Amino acid sequence: MINKIIQKLADAMAGIKDGSTVLLGGFGAVGQPNQLLDALTEQGAKDLTVVANNAGTGRTGLAGLMAAGRVRRIICSFPRSSGSVVFEELQAAGKLELELVAQGTLAERIRAGGAGIPAFFTATAYGTAIGEGKEVREYDGRKYILERGIKADVALIEAWQADRWGNLRYRTSGRNFNPVMATAADLTICQTQHVVELGALGPDDIHTPGVYVDRVVHIPYGDPPPAQKNLND
Amino acid sequence: MTATSAAASKASAGADNVRGWDRKKMAARLAQDIPEGWYVNLGIGIPLMVGDYIPADREVVLQSENGIVGMGPLQTADNLDTWIVNAGKQNVTLKKGAAMVSHSDSFAMIRGGHLDLCVLGSFEVASNGDFANWTTSLKSVPAVGGAMDLAVGAQRIWLIMDHTSKDGKPKLLEKCTMPLTAVGVVKRVYTNLAVVDVTPEGYELVDINPEITFEALQARTGAKLHRKI
Repeated sequence: MINKIIQKLADAMAGIKDGSTVLLGGFGAVGQPNQLLDALTEQGAKDLTVVANNAGTGRTGLAGLMAAGRVRRIICSFPRSSGSVVFEELQAAGKLELELVAQGTLAERIRAGGAGIPAFFTATAYGTAIGEGKEVREYDGRKYILERGIKADVALIEAWQADRWGNLRYRTSGRNFNPVMATAADLTICQTQHVVELGALGPDDIHTPGVYVDRVVHIPYGDPPPAQKNLND
Repeated sequence: MTATSAAASKASAGADNVRGWDRKKMAARLAQDIPEGWYVNLGIGIPLMVGDYIPADREVVLQSENGIVGMGPLQTADNLDTWIVNAGKQNVTLKKGAAMVSHSDSFAMIRGGHLDLCVLGSFEVASNGDFANWTTSLKSVPAVGGAMDLAVGAQRIWLIMDHTSKDGKPKLLEKCTMPLTAVGVVKRVYTNLAVVDVTPEGYELVDINPEITFEALQARTGAKLHRKI
Protein backbone atom coordinates (compact mmCIF):
# COMPACT_ATOMS: atom_id res chain seq x y z
CA MET A 1 0.00 0.00 0.00
CA ILE A 2 1.32 3.40 -0.93
CA ASN A 3 1.21 5.78 2.00
CA LYS A 4 3.16 9.02 1.70
CA ILE A 5 1.71 10.53 4.87
CA ILE A 6 4.47 11.13 7.42
CA GLN A 7 3.38 11.64 11.02
CA LYS A 8 6.28 13.68 12.36
CA LEU A 9 7.64 16.86 10.79
CA ALA A 10 11.18 15.87 11.77
CA ASP A 11 10.87 12.57 9.87
CA ALA A 12 9.71 14.44 6.79
CA MET A 13 13.05 16.29 6.73
CA ALA A 14 15.15 13.10 6.79
CA GLY A 15 17.96 12.97 4.26
CA ILE A 16 18.13 16.67 3.31
CA LYS A 17 21.85 17.30 2.90
CA ASP A 18 24.09 20.34 3.25
CA GLY A 19 24.50 22.15 -0.04
CA SER A 20 21.04 21.21 -1.32
CA THR A 21 19.03 23.33 -3.72
CA VAL A 22 15.57 23.83 -2.21
CA LEU A 23 12.50 25.00 -4.17
CA LEU A 24 9.79 26.76 -2.17
CA GLY A 25 6.14 27.26 -3.02
CA GLY A 26 4.34 30.40 -1.95
CA PHE A 27 3.58 33.91 -3.08
CA GLY A 28 4.22 36.15 -0.13
CA ALA A 29 2.52 34.54 2.87
CA VAL A 30 -0.03 32.58 0.80
CA GLY A 31 0.74 28.94 0.07
CA GLN A 32 4.12 29.12 1.77
CA PRO A 33 5.08 25.95 3.67
CA ASN A 34 6.07 27.67 6.91
CA GLN A 35 5.99 24.62 9.18
CA LEU A 36 8.20 22.65 6.76
CA LEU A 37 10.62 25.59 6.70
CA ASP A 38 10.72 25.69 10.50
CA ALA A 39 11.36 21.93 10.51
CA LEU A 40 14.17 22.34 8.00
CA THR A 41 15.73 24.97 10.25
CA GLU A 42 15.50 22.44 13.12
CA GLN A 43 16.98 19.71 10.93
CA GLY A 44 20.09 21.79 10.39
CA ALA A 45 21.03 21.38 6.71
CA LYS A 46 23.20 24.32 5.69
CA ASP A 47 24.87 25.95 2.69
CA LEU A 48 21.51 25.83 0.94
CA THR A 49 20.47 27.44 -2.33
CA VAL A 50 16.83 28.51 -2.06
CA VAL A 51 14.62 29.14 -5.09
CA ALA A 52 11.50 31.14 -4.24
CA ASN A 53 9.54 34.15 -5.44
CA ASN A 54 10.09 36.14 -2.27
CA ALA A 55 12.88 36.20 0.30
CA GLY A 56 10.84 35.80 3.46
CA THR A 57 9.31 38.26 5.89
CA GLY A 58 9.37 38.54 9.66
CA ARG A 59 11.55 36.06 11.55
CA THR A 60 9.96 32.67 10.92
CA GLY A 61 9.53 30.37 7.91
CA LEU A 62 12.05 31.23 5.18
CA ALA A 63 13.26 34.25 7.16
CA GLY A 64 13.94 31.92 10.12
CA LEU A 65 15.99 29.56 7.94
CA MET A 66 17.95 32.51 6.60
CA ALA A 67 18.40 34.08 10.05
CA ALA A 68 19.88 30.75 11.24
CA GLY A 69 22.59 31.16 8.59
CA ARG A 70 21.57 28.13 6.54
CA VAL A 71 21.06 29.84 3.18
CA ARG A 72 24.07 30.72 1.06
CA ARG A 73 22.29 31.78 -2.08
CA ILE A 74 18.78 32.74 -3.11
CA ILE A 75 17.28 32.72 -6.59
CA CYS A 76 14.33 35.04 -6.42
CA SER A 77 12.18 37.57 -8.32
CA PHE A 78 10.99 39.89 -5.57
CA PRO A 79 13.34 39.74 -2.58
CA ARG A 80 12.48 43.10 -1.05
CA SER A 81 9.05 43.65 0.37
CA SER A 82 7.70 45.13 3.57
CA GLY A 83 9.02 43.03 6.43
CA SER A 84 11.90 41.36 4.52
CA VAL A 85 14.22 42.41 7.35
CA VAL A 86 16.35 39.25 7.54
CA PHE A 87 17.04 39.34 3.80
CA GLU A 88 18.07 42.99 4.02
CA GLU A 89 20.35 42.39 7.02
CA LEU A 90 22.10 39.44 5.38
CA GLN A 91 22.48 41.32 2.08
CA ALA A 92 23.95 44.34 3.84
CA ALA A 93 26.39 42.06 5.70
CA GLY A 94 27.42 40.35 2.44
CA LYS A 95 26.26 36.97 3.79
CA LEU A 96 23.78 36.08 1.07
CA GLU A 97 24.19 35.76 -2.68
CA LEU A 98 21.23 36.90 -4.73
CA GLU A 99 20.35 35.86 -8.27
CA LEU A 100 17.52 38.09 -9.43
CA VAL A 101 15.21 36.48 -12.01
CA ALA A 102 12.07 37.85 -13.68
CA GLN A 103 9.05 36.15 -12.15
CA GLY A 104 7.85 34.44 -15.34
CA THR A 105 11.37 33.33 -16.18
CA LEU A 106 11.66 31.89 -12.67
CA ALA A 107 8.45 29.88 -13.12
CA GLU A 108 9.49 28.76 -16.60
CA ARG A 109 13.03 27.77 -15.54
CA ILE A 110 11.50 25.47 -12.94
CA ARG A 111 8.83 24.19 -15.32
CA ALA A 112 11.60 23.40 -17.82
CA GLY A 113 13.69 21.69 -15.14
CA GLY A 114 10.74 19.53 -14.18
CA ALA A 115 9.95 18.70 -17.80
CA GLY A 116 13.48 17.65 -18.75
CA ILE A 117 14.27 20.81 -20.72
CA PRO A 118 17.79 22.07 -19.94
CA ALA A 119 17.45 25.55 -21.44
CA PHE A 120 15.08 27.74 -23.45
CA PHE A 121 14.87 31.13 -25.14
CA THR A 122 12.63 33.92 -23.86
CA ALA A 123 12.03 37.55 -24.81
CA THR A 124 11.78 38.50 -21.13
CA ALA A 125 14.71 40.64 -19.95
CA TYR A 126 16.27 40.98 -23.40
CA GLY A 127 18.06 44.36 -23.52
CA THR A 128 17.99 44.78 -19.73
CA ALA A 129 20.58 44.47 -16.96
CA ILE A 130 19.16 41.04 -16.06
CA GLY A 131 19.68 39.82 -19.63
CA GLU A 132 23.24 41.08 -19.86
CA GLY A 133 25.83 38.45 -20.80
CA LYS A 134 23.21 35.87 -21.82
CA GLU A 135 23.21 34.29 -25.28
CA VAL A 136 20.91 36.18 -27.67
CA ARG A 137 19.15 34.63 -30.65
CA GLU A 138 16.74 36.08 -33.13
CA TYR A 139 13.63 34.14 -34.18
CA ASP A 140 11.06 35.59 -36.60
CA GLY A 141 12.50 39.08 -36.20
CA ARG A 142 12.45 39.16 -32.42
CA LYS A 143 15.34 38.84 -29.96
CA TYR A 144 15.42 36.24 -27.19
CA ILE A 145 17.86 35.33 -24.43
CA LEU A 146 18.90 31.87 -23.27
CA GLU A 147 17.82 30.80 -19.80
CA ARG A 148 18.65 27.55 -18.01
CA GLY A 149 16.15 25.14 -16.50
CA ILE A 150 16.38 24.61 -12.75
CA LYS A 151 16.49 21.18 -11.12
CA ALA A 152 16.65 20.82 -7.38
CA ASP A 153 17.25 18.34 -4.60
CA VAL A 154 14.22 19.25 -2.51
CA ALA A 155 10.89 21.05 -2.95
CA LEU A 156 8.84 22.25 0.03
CA ILE A 157 5.24 23.05 -0.84
CA GLU A 158 1.84 23.64 0.73
CA ALA A 159 -1.48 22.18 -0.41
CA TRP A 160 -5.04 22.53 0.86
CA GLN A 161 -6.00 18.85 0.51
CA ALA A 162 -3.95 15.69 0.01
CA ASP A 163 -4.53 11.93 -0.03
CA ARG A 164 -2.14 9.09 0.86
CA TRP A 165 -0.89 8.82 -2.72
CA GLY A 166 0.23 12.45 -2.53
CA ASN A 167 -2.44 13.72 -4.89
CA LEU A 168 -2.86 17.42 -4.12
CA ARG A 169 -5.40 20.17 -4.45
CA TYR A 170 -4.64 23.81 -3.69
CA ARG A 171 -6.88 26.61 -2.48
CA THR A 172 -7.29 29.69 -4.73
CA SER A 173 -4.14 31.88 -4.59
CA GLY A 174 -2.44 29.22 -2.51
CA ARG A 175 -1.69 27.40 -5.75
CA ASN A 176 0.88 29.90 -7.12
CA PHE A 177 4.35 28.31 -7.43
CA ASN A 178 3.43 25.09 -5.57
CA PRO A 179 2.51 22.86 -8.54
CA VAL A 180 5.58 23.79 -10.59
CA MET A 181 7.95 23.45 -7.62
CA ALA A 182 6.59 19.93 -7.04
CA THR A 183 7.77 18.84 -10.49
CA ALA A 184 11.43 19.85 -10.37
CA ALA A 185 12.94 18.27 -7.26
CA ASP A 186 14.22 14.78 -6.43
CA LEU A 187 12.38 14.95 -3.11
CA THR A 188 9.06 16.83 -2.87
CA ILE A 189 7.62 17.35 0.59
CA CYS A 190 4.15 18.78 1.05
CA GLN A 191 2.36 20.18 4.07
CA THR A 192 -1.42 20.09 3.79
CA GLN A 193 -4.24 21.50 5.92
CA HIS A 194 -6.51 18.56 5.13
CA VAL A 195 -5.87 14.87 4.55
CA VAL A 196 -8.66 13.13 2.66
CA GLU A 197 -9.41 9.50 1.79
CA LEU A 198 -8.00 8.12 -1.45
CA GLY A 199 -10.69 8.73 -4.05
CA ALA A 200 -12.15 11.77 -2.33
CA LEU A 201 -10.29 13.98 -4.79
CA GLY A 202 -11.78 13.18 -8.18
CA PRO A 203 -9.52 12.68 -11.19
CA ASP A 204 -10.55 16.06 -12.65
CA ASP A 205 -9.98 17.84 -9.34
CA ILE A 206 -6.37 16.88 -8.65
CA HIS A 207 -3.99 19.78 -9.36
CA THR A 208 -0.77 17.88 -8.65
CA PRO A 209 -0.81 14.10 -9.11
CA GLY A 210 1.09 12.05 -6.57
CA VAL A 211 3.79 11.08 -9.07
CA TYR A 212 5.49 14.36 -8.16
CA VAL A 213 5.09 14.05 -4.39
CA ASP A 214 7.19 11.97 -2.00
CA ARG A 215 6.09 12.94 1.49
CA VAL A 216 2.96 14.56 2.92
CA VAL A 217 2.65 16.07 6.40
CA HIS A 218 -0.72 17.00 7.89
CA ILE A 219 -0.55 20.51 9.36
CA PRO A 220 -4.18 21.32 10.20
CA TYR A 221 -3.73 25.11 10.45
CA GLY A 222 -1.91 27.95 8.76
CA ASP A 223 -4.43 30.20 6.98
CA PRO A 224 -2.57 33.24 5.65
CA PRO A 225 -2.94 36.37 7.79
CA PRO A 226 -5.08 39.18 6.36
CA ALA A 227 -3.15 41.50 4.10
CA GLN A 228 -2.72 44.80 5.86
CA LYS A 229 -4.51 48.02 4.90
CA ASN A 230 -6.23 46.43 2.00
CA LEU A 231 -9.87 46.46 2.91
CA ASN A 232 -12.23 48.64 0.98
CA ASP A 233 -14.04 49.77 4.12
CA MET B 1 -13.10 83.68 -21.91
CA THR B 2 -12.77 80.61 -24.15
CA ALA B 3 -11.22 77.43 -22.86
CA THR B 4 -8.20 77.94 -25.08
CA SER B 5 -7.51 81.45 -23.95
CA ALA B 6 -8.08 80.43 -20.33
CA ALA B 7 -5.52 77.70 -20.73
CA ALA B 8 -3.13 80.08 -22.46
CA SER B 9 -3.42 82.69 -19.73
CA LYS B 10 -2.90 80.00 -17.07
CA ALA B 11 0.14 78.72 -18.90
CA SER B 12 1.65 82.17 -19.25
CA ALA B 13 0.66 83.26 -15.75
CA GLY B 14 1.98 80.29 -13.84
CA ALA B 15 2.77 77.34 -16.04
CA ASP B 16 4.79 75.69 -13.29
CA ASN B 17 1.68 75.35 -11.17
CA VAL B 18 -0.26 73.15 -13.59
CA ARG B 19 -1.05 69.94 -11.74
CA GLY B 20 -3.37 68.43 -14.28
CA TRP B 21 -5.52 65.39 -13.67
CA ASP B 22 -5.22 63.66 -10.31
CA ARG B 23 -4.60 59.91 -10.11
CA LYS B 24 -8.27 59.02 -10.06
CA LYS B 25 -8.93 61.07 -13.18
CA MET B 26 -5.88 59.54 -14.90
CA ALA B 27 -7.16 56.06 -14.06
CA ALA B 28 -10.67 56.97 -15.25
CA ARG B 29 -9.30 58.48 -18.48
CA LEU B 30 -7.42 55.24 -19.22
CA ALA B 31 -10.36 53.01 -18.26
CA GLN B 32 -12.62 54.62 -20.87
CA ASP B 33 -10.24 53.40 -23.61
CA ILE B 34 -10.43 49.70 -22.65
CA PRO B 35 -13.03 47.96 -24.85
CA GLU B 36 -15.32 45.17 -23.76
CA GLY B 37 -13.86 41.71 -24.01
CA TRP B 38 -10.24 42.57 -23.35
CA TYR B 39 -8.13 40.51 -20.95
CA VAL B 40 -6.10 43.03 -18.97
CA ASN B 41 -3.32 42.92 -16.40
CA LEU B 42 -3.08 45.96 -14.13
CA GLY B 43 0.25 46.61 -12.40
CA ILE B 44 0.60 47.45 -8.72
CA GLY B 45 -0.27 51.02 -7.65
CA ILE B 46 -2.11 53.52 -9.88
CA PRO B 47 -2.67 50.91 -12.63
CA LEU B 48 -4.81 48.85 -10.20
CA MET B 49 -7.07 51.90 -9.72
CA VAL B 50 -8.05 51.63 -13.39
CA GLY B 51 -10.20 48.62 -12.46
CA ASP B 52 -12.46 50.87 -10.35
CA TYR B 53 -13.38 52.98 -13.39
CA ILE B 54 -14.32 50.33 -15.93
CA PRO B 55 -18.06 50.89 -16.50
CA ALA B 56 -20.23 48.26 -14.81
CA ASP B 57 -21.92 47.34 -18.09
CA ARG B 58 -18.61 46.64 -19.87
CA GLU B 59 -17.12 43.16 -19.35
CA VAL B 60 -13.34 43.39 -19.10
CA VAL B 61 -11.50 40.45 -17.52
CA LEU B 62 -8.69 41.39 -15.14
CA GLN B 63 -5.76 39.03 -14.83
CA SER B 64 -3.42 39.01 -11.85
CA GLU B 65 0.05 37.55 -12.40
CA ASN B 66 -0.20 35.22 -9.41
CA GLY B 67 -2.88 33.23 -11.17
CA ILE B 68 -6.25 35.02 -11.17
CA VAL B 69 -8.22 35.35 -14.41
CA GLY B 70 -11.30 37.37 -13.45
CA MET B 71 -10.20 39.48 -10.50
CA GLY B 72 -12.79 41.65 -8.71
CA PRO B 73 -12.44 44.58 -6.30
CA LEU B 74 -10.73 44.48 -2.89
CA GLN B 75 -12.43 42.43 -0.19
CA THR B 76 -14.47 43.97 2.59
CA ALA B 77 -14.50 42.87 6.24
CA ASP B 78 -17.64 40.78 5.71
CA ASN B 79 -16.26 38.70 2.83
CA LEU B 80 -12.69 38.19 4.00
CA ASP B 81 -10.86 35.18 2.52
CA THR B 82 -7.16 35.60 3.15
CA TRP B 83 -6.31 32.84 0.66
CA ILE B 84 -7.13 35.13 -2.24
CA VAL B 85 -4.51 37.76 -3.02
CA ASN B 86 -3.54 39.80 -6.06
CA ALA B 87 -0.05 40.58 -7.35
CA GLY B 88 0.27 43.36 -4.76
CA LYS B 89 -0.63 40.81 -2.07
CA GLN B 90 -3.89 42.57 -1.27
CA ASN B 91 -6.96 40.45 -0.47
CA VAL B 92 -9.21 40.70 -3.51
CA THR B 93 -12.48 39.14 -4.66
CA LEU B 94 -13.09 36.89 -7.64
CA LYS B 95 -15.69 37.74 -10.28
CA LYS B 96 -18.33 35.25 -11.30
CA GLY B 97 -16.61 33.16 -14.00
CA ALA B 98 -13.13 33.64 -12.55
CA ALA B 99 -10.48 30.95 -12.92
CA MET B 100 -7.40 30.26 -10.79
CA VAL B 101 -4.21 28.96 -12.38
CA SER B 102 -0.69 28.28 -11.20
CA HIS B 103 2.21 30.70 -11.63
CA SER B 104 3.61 28.78 -14.57
CA ASP B 105 0.23 28.82 -16.34
CA SER B 106 -0.27 32.49 -15.50
CA PHE B 107 3.09 33.48 -16.93
CA ALA B 108 2.65 31.23 -19.96
CA MET B 109 -0.57 33.23 -20.52
CA ILE B 110 1.35 36.49 -20.09
CA ARG B 111 4.47 35.58 -22.08
CA GLY B 112 2.51 33.77 -24.76
CA GLY B 113 0.71 36.96 -25.83
CA HIS B 114 -2.75 36.08 -24.53
CA LEU B 115 -3.41 39.36 -22.71
CA ASP B 116 -4.75 42.27 -24.77
CA LEU B 117 -3.28 44.90 -22.50
CA CYS B 118 -1.01 45.47 -19.56
CA VAL B 119 -1.08 48.79 -17.72
CA LEU B 120 2.05 49.64 -15.75
CA GLY B 121 3.44 52.58 -13.82
CA SER B 122 6.86 53.87 -14.84
CA PHE B 123 9.73 56.12 -13.83
CA GLU B 124 10.69 56.92 -17.43
CA VAL B 125 9.66 56.17 -21.00
CA ALA B 126 11.53 56.77 -24.27
CA SER B 127 10.13 57.84 -27.64
CA ASN B 128 11.23 54.49 -29.13
CA GLY B 129 9.01 52.59 -26.66
CA ASP B 130 11.69 51.62 -24.14
CA PHE B 131 10.68 52.09 -20.52
CA ALA B 132 12.22 51.90 -17.05
CA ASN B 133 9.95 50.99 -14.15
CA TRP B 134 11.63 48.36 -11.98
CA THR B 135 14.49 50.14 -10.25
CA THR B 136 15.99 53.61 -10.25
CA SER B 137 19.48 52.22 -9.78
CA LEU B 138 21.28 48.87 -9.87
CA LYS B 139 23.31 49.90 -6.82
CA SER B 140 20.44 49.20 -4.44
CA VAL B 141 19.10 45.63 -4.24
CA PRO B 142 16.31 45.67 -6.78
CA ALA B 143 13.20 43.53 -7.07
CA VAL B 144 11.81 42.81 -10.51
CA GLY B 145 8.71 40.66 -10.04
CA GLY B 146 6.63 40.16 -13.18
CA ALA B 147 7.23 43.54 -14.86
CA MET B 148 9.71 42.26 -17.48
CA ASP B 149 7.45 39.34 -18.44
CA LEU B 150 4.36 41.53 -18.77
CA ALA B 151 6.34 44.09 -20.73
CA VAL B 152 7.31 41.68 -23.52
CA GLY B 153 4.28 39.42 -23.36
CA ALA B 154 1.11 41.54 -23.43
CA GLN B 155 -0.27 42.61 -26.82
CA ARG B 156 0.11 46.24 -25.79
CA ILE B 157 1.75 48.14 -22.95
CA TRP B 158 0.14 51.33 -21.74
CA LEU B 159 1.89 53.33 -19.03
CA ILE B 160 0.18 55.51 -16.46
CA MET B 161 2.56 57.99 -14.85
CA ASP B 162 3.21 61.63 -13.99
CA HIS B 163 4.35 63.70 -16.94
CA THR B 164 7.27 65.14 -14.98
CA SER B 165 9.16 64.40 -11.77
CA LYS B 166 8.33 66.39 -8.63
CA ASP B 167 11.07 68.86 -9.51
CA GLY B 168 9.66 69.34 -13.01
CA LYS B 169 12.00 67.12 -15.06
CA PRO B 170 10.40 65.34 -18.04
CA LYS B 171 9.72 61.63 -17.66
CA LEU B 172 8.85 61.22 -21.33
CA LEU B 173 12.31 61.22 -22.87
CA GLU B 174 14.21 60.41 -26.06
CA LYS B 175 16.25 57.82 -24.19
CA CYS B 176 15.81 56.35 -20.72
CA THR B 177 18.52 57.02 -18.14
CA MET B 178 17.43 54.34 -15.64
CA PRO B 179 17.77 50.53 -16.00
CA LEU B 180 15.36 49.34 -18.70
CA THR B 181 12.43 47.02 -18.09
CA ALA B 182 12.03 46.24 -21.80
CA VAL B 183 12.95 47.68 -25.19
CA GLY B 184 10.52 49.13 -27.70
CA VAL B 185 7.24 47.87 -26.24
CA VAL B 186 5.27 50.90 -25.00
CA LYS B 187 2.29 51.85 -27.17
CA ARG B 188 0.65 54.65 -25.15
CA VAL B 189 1.31 56.85 -22.12
CA TYR B 190 -1.39 58.36 -19.88
CA THR B 191 -0.10 61.22 -17.74
CA ASN B 192 -1.60 63.94 -15.57
CA LEU B 193 -1.22 66.32 -18.53
CA ALA B 194 -1.82 64.31 -21.70
CA VAL B 195 -2.35 61.03 -23.50
CA VAL B 196 0.52 60.29 -25.86
CA ASP B 197 0.95 57.47 -28.36
CA VAL B 198 4.39 55.99 -28.96
CA THR B 199 4.67 55.50 -32.73
CA PRO B 200 7.51 54.66 -35.12
CA GLU B 201 7.85 58.45 -35.58
CA GLY B 202 8.01 59.08 -31.81
CA TYR B 203 5.50 60.68 -29.45
CA GLU B 204 2.14 61.65 -30.90
CA LEU B 205 -0.39 63.64 -28.90
CA VAL B 206 -3.78 61.94 -28.48
CA ASP B 207 -5.35 64.09 -25.78
CA ILE B 208 -4.27 67.14 -23.81
CA ASN B 209 -5.41 68.38 -20.42
CA PRO B 210 -7.29 71.66 -20.97
CA GLU B 211 -5.28 73.27 -18.16
CA ILE B 212 -2.15 73.36 -20.33
CA THR B 213 -1.19 74.62 -23.78
CA PHE B 214 0.57 72.48 -26.34
CA GLU B 215 3.68 74.66 -26.06
CA ALA B 216 3.78 74.29 -22.27
CA LEU B 217 3.27 70.53 -22.62
CA GLN B 218 6.09 70.31 -25.16
CA ALA B 219 8.32 72.21 -22.74
CA ARG B 220 7.63 69.50 -20.14
CA THR B 221 8.36 66.66 -22.55
CA GLY B 222 11.89 65.44 -23.22
CA ALA B 223 11.37 64.66 -26.92
CA LYS B 224 9.39 66.09 -29.82
CA LEU B 225 5.61 65.78 -29.51
CA HIS B 226 3.97 65.27 -32.87
CA ARG B 227 0.66 66.97 -33.04
CA LYS B 228 -2.27 65.56 -34.95
CA ILE B 229 -5.02 66.94 -32.74
